[in-house]
Amino acid sequence: MGSTPVPPFLAPIEDLRQRLAEAERGGEGRAEIARLRTQLDDEARRLTADLTPWQRCLLARHFERPHTLDYVRGLFTDWVEVHGDRCFGDDPAIVAGLARLDGESVAIVGHQKGRDTRERLYRNFGQPRPEGYRKALRVMHMAEKFGRPVISFVDTPGAYPGLDAEERGQAEAIARNLREMAALEVPIVVVVTGEGGSGGALAVGVGDRILMMEHAVYSVISPEGCAAILWKDQSEVQRAAAALRLTSNDLLRLGIIDEILPEPLGGAHMDPALAIRTVGGALRKALSGLRRLKRTDLPRRRFAKFRAMGYFSER
Amino acid sequence: MAWFRRTDEPTRKSRVPEGLWVKCEGCREILYKKELERGLFVCPRCGFHHRVSARTRLAQVFDDGRWKELFARIFSTDPLEFVDSKPYAERLRALREKGSRSDALVVGAGRISGVKAIVAAMEYSFMGGSMGSAVGEKMTRAIEQCLKSRLPFVVVSCSGGARMQEGILSLMQMAKISAALAQLHAARLPYISVLTDPTTGGVTASFAMLGDLNIGEPGALIGFAGPRVIEQTIRQTLPEGFQRSEFLLEHGMLDMVVPRQELKENLARCLQMLA
Repeated sequence: MGSTPVPPFLAPIEDLRQRLAEAERGGEGRAEIARLRTQLDDEARRLTADLTPWQRCLLARHFERPHTLDYVRGLFTDWVEVHGDRCFGDDPAIVAGLARLDGESVAIVGHQKGRDTRERLYRNFGQPRPEGYRKALRVMHMAEKFGRPVISFVDTPGAYPGLDAEERGQAEAIARNLREMAALEVPIVVVVTGEGGSGGALAVGVGDRILMMEHAVYSVISPEGCAAILWKDQSEVQRAAAALRLTSNDLLRLGIIDEILPEPLGGAHMDPALAIRTVGGALRKALSGLRRLKRTDLPRRRFAKFRAMGYFSER
Repeated sequence: MAWFRRTDEPTRKSRVPEGLWVKCEGCREILYKKELERGLFVCPRCGFHHRVSARTRLAQVFDDGRWKELFARIFSTDPLEFVDSKPYAERLRALREKGSRSDALVVGAGRISGVKAIVAAMEYSFMGGSMGSAVGEKMTRAIEQCLKSRLPFVVVSCSGGARMQEGILSLMQMAKISAALAQLHAARLPYISVLTDPTTGGVTASFAMLGDLNIGEPGALIGFAGPRVIEQTIRQTLPEGFQRSEFLLEHGMLDMVVPRQELKENLARCLQMLA
């Protein structure tokens, strides 16, 4: 899992990035640096203009993309991380805490992936166990008690499918979050920043405004899982990724998300600071709209929002 | 014993076959079909609980086997134009032509030992009981009907989880139904979840685990991830009885494991005290 961090189709861009960085470090002439930068921009523009759904999945998993704690550091002040579900333990695959956005205190929950091998293992590749979801819920209930909005960052391959997670009630933990988030009497803004992996993503993904990064993906099952089950063939991931309609454009069209947040040329990892600023702007706008609503109206509106999702015939 | 049975048998085999005599899937004993049926499809010899259709289930729990079907006109469509080995639209058409009119969920209203209730039972023979938009909508309407008529709600789950062919829309049904259950919860109306073999994936991770009471059928496979996925993740074989009802009872996820013959009486007793 994740031993080859950069997918092959990004190789030309990665190569240019490296050459540009070397040129900048080595004190190359301004003309050469400008030439490389233009070349990089052109390459990035060309590549992202027609990404296949499967390529988007790989881009969404890029290890240099900003993760939850990068957004926290970039956008908030006074971050106080809290730990533990008060039942079993603390899950590093989910971070939760309090912080200030423009001076106003908010609660933050989100999946956390690692960047190097050690941290990725520590974060379990961003795959939470039940105690992670229970920690998130504890913080959301605290937010409700003190009237603070909740901001949730979604970025996970999925809930951890392990023996211990099953024993401690993975399904129950996810289910409870879905019901409790639906009933929460404070605003919830969700940002899908990378991978929206099935129930493991949705368990912190019920909100009043659902924002999604341009190259993020959100799906009922991973293309790998889908290919294995429906085609019984791992090499069909490309077809599975296309069939699942998991891109931000698909989700907007299907009425699942409210807004697509544009990413820097070539993806969020090319200019993390810019990506983080974009998310900040969108969060502020979403929160200011929701703050005007009455507390008790929020669950009613949220139910109506999810109530409307789905397509069926009635004859 | 029941849980030694392979869980990946095709549905075709899991249904009780035609004819006078049938072979028990648990102990392989040849049984007289009428007798098996009288025993609610539980083997009189080994106690194996054979899978039953949603309609059979409703007939078993409602008084005199009488109930009224609700929201039967809701059916799946193919919003994603999903194609795997066969187009999803074609699969749906074939199921409909075979006479499946209720998608993977049958909702019924009736009385359980005199107590008025709405019961929603999942139909495994319809694409593995999978949950798509139609199941989500029917479940939500059933809950809304309970809210309107102040009725208790019972769900009998039997499902592999969310329906892949409707992609993200299937996933969102988990949130939709759970949000509706939040309202039922707030209205203080009883909700009992009955989990039968199998109940996995997005169904377990939403409404099936949210009962005021969660009841398992003996030997039922209940979990979030499927056993094969877990084995691939941890690279070891799973212990005997893992993810079976009795295991979940021991780990605090179920209130009780109730044999099918006692289910109706049990539901009635609980509902009478809660409703």
